Amino acid sequence: MKQFDYSRATSTSDATRAASVHGSAIIAGGTNLIDLMKLEVMSPDVLVDINRLDLHQITPTQDGGLRIGALVTNSDLAAHETVRRDYEVLSRALLAGASGQLRNKATTGGNLLQRTRCAYFYDTAMPCNKREPGSGCHARDGFNRILAILGTSEHCIATHPSDMAVAMMALDAVVEVENTTGDTRKIALDDLYCLPGSTPDVETVLQRGDLITAVLLPQPKAGLHVYRKVRDRSSYAFALVSVAAVAQMDAGKIAQISLAFGGLAPKPWRNQQVEAALTGQAPSEALFDQAADILLAEAQGFGANDFKIPLSRRTLKAVLRTVTETSQ
Amino acid sequence: MTRSTSLTINGETHVVDVDHRTTLLDLLRHHLDLTGTKKGCDHGQCGACTILVNDRRINACLTLACMHDGDDITTIEGLGTPDDLSAMQKAFIKHDGFQCGYCTAGQICSATAMLKEAKAGWPSNVSSSLDGKGALSNEEISERMSGNLCRCSAYTGIVNAIREAAGETGQ
Repeated sequence: MKQFDYSRATSTSDATRAASVHGSAIIAGGTNLIDLMKLEVMSPDVLVDINRLDLHQITPTQDGGLRIGALVTNSDLAAHETVRRDYEVLSRALLAGASGQLRNKATTGGNLLQRTRCAYFYDTAMPCNKREPGSGCHARDGFNRILAILGTSEHCIATHPSDMAVAMMALDAVVEVENTTGDTRKIALDDLYCLPGSTPDVETVLQRGDLITAVLLPQPKAGLHVYRKVRDRSSYAFALVSVAAVAQMDAGKIAQISLAFGGLAPKPWRNQQVEAALTGQAPSEALFDQAADILLAEAQGFGANDFKIPLSRRTLKAVLRTVTETSQ
Repeated sequence: MTRSTSLTINGETHVVDVDHRTTLLDLLRHHLDLTGTKKGCDHGQCGACTILVNDRRINACLTLACMHDGDDITTIEGLGTPDDLSAMQKAFIKHDGFQCGYCTAGQICSATAMLKEAKAGWPSNVSSSLDGKGALSNEEISERMSGNLCRCSAYTGIVNAIREAAGETGQ
């Protein structure tokens, strides 16, 4: 690990000021960042420790939603009474991720900003446009079994590894961000992430010095909440494909549905056209296939990850069967 | 670049001047000679370094010592002694919850904290309901312990040991 300076933020303004300096990195749980620093994939000059900031609370909002402080751990969020009762898909997604030890340390803000697990990003002996812009991407023609089939570019096919963010996407979460001038802005989670395009090193719209202070959930969505994760082993593995679904039936038809997907793209993936095609319709295999056709219209495999195209179709259809059969 | 850090470890206060890069795991093993905590993968994948920080289990390899100023830490040395083993330690011996023993300290720290999580009503990925009231079945124990690998594959003994310790602690 390369040498770095360490500073402990005592207020959010202190944190944004320290984080605005070139070469600095904010550290919260550190479960991803410290690993990347050991491997020298990331080598910040300064670590800004925000763990002492007062961002550990989960509180109701005035509009009937929930405000989740950026430092709330994945364990506390999954076990929170309101989340378990009203945002079940979020608890389920969190519990499907990582291990008990990691969930005790990983935070809400850090989970959103964790880096891809693409092996080429981790291996500093290999080129990687995300780690070293312009160096190339060997994943496209290499070991790409876990990598993306949607939203990729010729420069990068990495996936975003979070489960939590997939559920939050289906719940229309909004990210609250404070900047160096003390202003707070709200960014829809879908707008937080950038697709790789020609700049895969730019993963979010956040600017230097920005600090995620909270995630806001709107009022709970009625209906059945399901998180289905398909992976290489039954626990403690990243998703090959995951689907977060919240659906409500009315008189035999799908009254409302929201869907988000993990393991398929450089960001938690949502396609409102899929939801539009399902809404107001009576569930059927043909309808589910039509939804999968829309989701996968532009899907592209790179050899070893070709299987993800039929796998995501089957997983989506299985989830749709579950949410439409049991929430009649 | 170093920082003075004060930690309470197994009830004893230690003030250390550590390089920022020192993980909590390396502080325990290399600076304080608390070698019960083991280094396996050093990347948060195996759980051999599991310790309790402020009563919660974490991977000591994925956190920096300087971030833990003022924290209360329990390692395997703090759970019991050779003359006065904890219930979990006794159960691991009784049920042969190990072969080579390298993962055992992490398994025991992890299991000790895991029982508290279950008792607090935390659900798991295999819980049919999120109400946290389900029984601590073998499947639940395996899921909740999935962050601790045992390359000798003593899993049957480990699960049996945890079941017994869970009974003794009122589960």
